[in-house]
Amino acid sequence: MSGGLGGFFAAFFTFIVSFFPRAVMQGIPLLAGSTGETITEKSGHLNLGIPGIMYVGGISGVIGAFFYENSLHGAEPNNFLILFIPFMACLLGSLLMGLIYSLLTVTFRANQNVAGLALTTFGVGFGNFFGGSLIKLVDTEIPSIALSLTSSHFRQSLPFAEKLGWFGKMFLSYGFVAYLVIVLAFTAAFVIKRTRVGLNLRAVGENPATADAAGINVNCYKYIATALGSMIAGLGGLYYVMDYANGVWSNDAFGDRGWLAIALVIFTVWKPNVSVFASILFGGLYILNNYLPTGTNLAIKELYNMIPYVVTLIVLIISSMKKKRENQPPQSLGLPYFREDR
Amino acid sequence: MKNKQHMPLFHVAKRASIKWYYAFLIRAAAILLALVAAGIITTVLTGLNPFKVFGALFTGAFGSKRKLWVLLRDIAVMLCIAIALTPAYKMRFWNIGGEGQVLIGALAAALTMILLGNVVPHAVLILIMTAASVLAGAVWGVIPALFKAKWNTNETLFTLMMNYVATQITAFFIIIFEVPKGAGQIGIINQSTNAGWFPALFGNQYLLTILIVLILTVMIFFYLKYSKHGYEISVVGESERTARYIGIKVERVIIRTMALSGAICGIAGLLLVGGINHTITTSLVGGRGFTAVMVAWLAKFNPFTMIATSFLIVFMQNGAGEISTAFGLNKAFSDIITGIILFFIIACEFFINYRIVWNRRERKEEM
Repeated sequence: MSGGLGGFFAAFFTFIVSFFPRAVMQGIPLLAGSTGETITEKSGHLNLGIPGIMYVGGISGVIGAFFYENSLHGAEPNNFLILFIPFMACLLGSLLMGLIYSLLTVTFRANQNVAGLALTTFGVGFGNFFGGSLIKLVDTEIPSIALSLTSSHFRQSLPFAEKLGWFGKMFLSYGFVAYLVIVLAFTAAFVIKRTRVGLNLRAVGENPATADAAGINVNCYKYIATALGSMIAGLGGLYYVMDYANGVWSNDAFGDRGWLAIALVIFTVWKPNVSVFASILFGGLYILNNYLPTGTNLAIKELYNMIPYVVTLIVLIISSMKKKRENQPPQSLGLPYFREDR
Repeated sequence: MKNKQHMPLFHVAKRASIKWYYAFLIRAAAILLALVAAGIITTVLTGLNPFKVFGALFTGAFGSKRKLWVLLRDIAVMLCIAIALTPAYKMRFWNIGGEGQVLIGALAAALTMILLGNVVPHAVLILIMTAASVLAGAVWGVIPALFKAKWNTNETLFTLMMNYVATQITAFFIIIFEVPKGAGQIGIINQSTNAGWFPALFGNQYLLTILIVLILTVMIFFYLKYSKHGYEISVVGESERTARYIGIKVERVIIRTMALSGAICGIAGLLLVGGINHTITTSLVGGRGFTAVMVAWLAKFNPFTMIATSFLIVFMQNGAGEISTAFGLNKAFSDIITGIILFFIIACEFFINYRIVWNRRERKEEM
């Protein structure tokens, strides 16, 4: 064994141990968004409002946390409430967004792309507006809100994680929302693939007229799938603010992660369990440019940022070329359903 | 046994047709309701008098001569992107890649300005810029169309991804040509020579841009309504099978139409760089590629109606921008208001396409 090779492996190992957790933390918001979007798309609705919903999920959590922290006046926070209030606020905010979308597209049968884009305009505006207003309320010089107290509770990992060395760092060092999102993704995959409810949901997305004839309540499935999907996606926004960003909300910081989550849905060919791994991969690609040796050539970094999108395009093309049945988008994706239409 | 029969209160039926004034009335009512809702939400969120806020909306959009020209300029850009997307939508090709197609056109114009700025005469430069933008936009539009035509690849998702590829390519070139080195931005191109800048007409910098868009709008209207190509587009949009049956080469129509759609998006990029901003940033298009989708859809893909819908949207955005500065609110306020108004208009289409039939309650006679 040469020392050089051993040294290389040791360095590589250290790199992985530091890189992997960052990739996971980048990946969790994407995973939440893509799981939510997959559930919605399985019901035949292409919800382009996901980026807006994730913004609203994030800011709702921030608003909840902000008012709870300010009501404390320096007293010790209640360990349950400090998690529960932002969490429920986030779910409520994203649920309302999901309901607006389903009211427009299911009940009013509006064009899904238009309704989704309007929802994103609204949601991003909502996030930035309240972000800006709260920043004004606290009256600081820095254009951001820091909710470090709430964040420290959200980031609380298992107490023995630190004792387990690299293993603990790689797998046990995350806040509870991360694990919740991963569990939700696996559950969603199981429900869609293996249960009666999932079968019905897929039937609604593939061919609502047939599902209707089989006695499935099409609109009910569409509503629930959209609402549930929005709430899960909203958790991605919450995780981003409270965990990844250490409780600091700054406007537009969430960026284009919502669109990347939609890309991830295609990349994983509508399978949330694949998305658990793919989101970590995407998360890694998202921050790869910070690790690659580019030297002084900063321009190349911008091209590295393109990789997740190009990879998604390639997957989209290949899956459409192969025409494998189970890898296609739900057949009635994007089409409204009206029973009397023939 | 009781024979209980459930009778819903109403049911929904599709309208065969609707009188134009009735449809107009529904839309007007929706906009009015939207404004009321926006007013209420403004008061709740900010505690301001909603009438004052709406007053500021008008002064923000029309307040001065300069603001009026800015309004017209922004309407022109929005209209240009909307009419660019229209041929594709008529064909039911959901192109949400307007953002990327405009940006790549803008990039082509900017690069031409930088590289050839002091090499060729001004008039020739503008011609080369136009060609470059049109070509770049067309290529960006044709790529998803090729895959759609050949393998039926989902175009909505494809064009969406292409936006970000375009953004990163632009970011790449911005760093290559940044001025000064390390600034991360290009700044005003050819500030001293004005090479590649569109000339001012009658002393107005934006007039030429506005005129170009108006001419394009008229051309697209006639192209879609009276040309053979336009007819083919609408047949493919209505039913691909019918189109094949009557001998239209569907693949060719898809590719040709997307080339046109992308090319006009490229022109929008050209106008943004050559006529308006004289620089390029990754946020140059600023979401207008997406907003234009809604503008085109609201107008039912009629180019002339789009003048009205883009006016509505741009008026709201510019006006709300003024509200945020006048009342010390956040800039994002305009997005909230735009979003609310869009929700109402989107929902009102339902009442134009469908009617609600109230079911009369019949008296229970038999047991």
